Amino acid sequence: MNARARNLLGLALVGLVGLSFLILTPRFAELDTVLDLTVYMIMAILALSLALVWGYGGILCFGQSAFFGLGAYTYAIAMFNFGESTIPLLLAIALPAAFAALLGYFMFYGRISDVYLGVITLTVTLILFNSVNSTAGPEFHIGSARLGGFNGIPGIPPLNVPGNKAAVIDLEGMFYLSTAALLATYFGLRLLLASRFGRIIVGIRENERRAELLGYDPRAYKLVTFTIGGALAGFAGCLFANWGNFVSPTIFGLAQSAQIIIWVIVGGRGTLIGPIVGCIGVQWLSAALGANQPSGSDWWTRVLANAPLILGIILIAFVLLVPKGLVPTLGDLGQWLLRARARRVATGLKPKQAEEG
Amino acid sequence: MDLIALLAIQVIYAIASLALISVGLAIIFGMMRVINLAHGEFLMLGGYVAIVATGHGVSIWIAMLVVAPVVVGIIGVIVERTIIRFLYGRMVDTMLATWGLSLFLVGLTTAVFGNTTVGISAPLGSFQIGAYRTSGYTLFVIAVAFVVLGGIFAVLRWTRLGLIARGTMQNANMAAALGVNPPRVYAVTFGVGAALSGLAGAVLAPVSGVFPTIGVAYVAKSFITVIGGGAAILTGTVSASALFGTINQIATFATTPVFGEVALLATAIVLIRLLPQGITGRFFRRGL
Repeated sequence: MNARARNLLGLALVGLVGLSFLILTPRFAELDTVLDLTVYMIMAILALSLALVWGYGGILCFGQSAFFGLGAYTYAIAMFNFGESTIPLLLAIALPAAFAALLGYFMFYGRISDVYLGVITLTVTLILFNSVNSTAGPEFHIGSARLGGFNGIPGIPPLNVPGNKAAVIDLEGMFYLSTAALLATYFGLRLLLASRFGRIIVGIRENERRAELLGYDPRAYKLVTFTIGGALAGFAGCLFANWGNFVSPTIFGLAQSAQIIIWVIVGGRGTLIGPIVGCIGVQWLSAALGANQPSGSDWWTRVLANAPLILGIILIAFVLLVPKGLVPTLGDLGQWLLRARARRVATGLKPKQAEEG
Repeated sequence: MDLIALLAIQVIYAIASLALISVGLAIIFGMMRVINLAHGEFLMLGGYVAIVATGHGVSIWIAMLVVAPVVVGIIGVIVERTIIRFLYGRMVDTMLATWGLSLFLVGLTTAVFGNTTVGISAPLGSFQIGAYRTSGYTLFVIAVAFVVLGGIFAVLRWTRLGLIARGTMQNANMAAALGVNPPRVYAVTFGVGAALSGLAGAVLAPVSGVFPTIGVAYVAKSFITVIGGGAAILTGTVSASALFGTINQIATFATTPVFGEVALLATAIVLIRLLPQGITGRFFRRGL
């Protein structure tokens, strides 16, 4: 089977699994499971945004949660001011994208190296966290929306069908919407990466100088990649604000940023399906560990139910032992097994041929 | 006049504490090109060690100035041997692994000490400047910063150890060819950097209290100080601390502490845009 056929088969498989998941889940699962799954889908979109920026663009962004949080806050604030969700949704995508473009212009056209880029994005996230965290007083408001500081913004109105204020999207509708959005994002990114643009950004990741000498401007390509990543993260943030009807500054926090990085590194840089798998797996694991948090104080259970501790160990273990991530490593393993079998078949044939000869 | 004197002390204190929390990171980054994202947690551990030691009846001065650096230094060497040494030359992976370490340490201290703030009261009382009173401990922190920076200068400039360290920093292969063992130099360097972070965390513990996630409050500030300063360990740390500390304190004085911090971070971003190699990449190039 050649690469192209395998590619198409993979796409069809993902589409089939995704569609059946989309259609079947609400029929067979309890509503609270559906609710849990919805947030996994939303976070998977966020994971995809970093998969594009870091996995394919090679831009080490430690502050993807800045755009996520910005999207959530923009949606919340705009929703209180407009009351109809079409403009807030668009704003929640446009504003983080614009912010990403501004920050990206600063960083890429300043020719800042990889590592400093990580530190700057981290710093920006902390600035946002600090600023938003300190806006608790009633004097901090935008239009009729109070920013709420460390208390966050509760009671955010949910999305509605565009143009019809009364047709509010319910919990099940949110599941359909988020899952469909995830699928659309996945296939959209596949399309983008298969295009000329996608080839060029991967080329820049592999060797920036060479791409530049071939006449492509890495700064512009990186800027566009970063902006698309920001827009996607903002969109995920908007859905997230909808899901919980609540945003608080922890959305900008370092823990959130670290999680996104962990999803991508666990799943595998340079794939799209990997970060989705990593995101859902890690979230499921954290939820499972957090759920059996006992009221008692047995030391071991306290350690096991401790999300940062486990996440930290996962991150160290993957960087040291599985640096490529789960999906590429499993792929390598599969190929190795196939090759081993092919070798065995080949060596098994030889004596026979010798006999015949 | 009194107000100006008070403000001057505050500014010097801001500079001194910034230099203190950054210098451990600066040594590790300057010598090994390793960005240690668990730096804030080393500071946090220093604070906890000092508080636990004081709780067990050790004099607060010994706990802060001896026990904390020694314990955190040992932890640093262990970290270097078990994690960092596999990742030399892979800067991004080191960042990720140390970030994992940071989460791990936060989780571990939360499990052990609980998610609450513990503190020790600052010794030394307060003194009078005209109509104002300020804490004597402020002066102590400034003095510690001076001693630490002076000590590093003396070691780097005048001792054999410093010569080896500078040589390895400039050209590890050449140093190895001359009989130096770079892995050992790196392990020692990481240990010393961690020890200084432990010292800083312990010295600042009475001011800020200690809780498992306090590292976050330190890490961004120390990073931008180190990166803003550039490659030279001492001149970089001092010049960047002077710039950022002054801006932070004046903005804090004029508005609120939160805005002071935001002003500091924003200045840092502009500075990195203007001087990507840091202050010492452009000025004071021959500094240590």
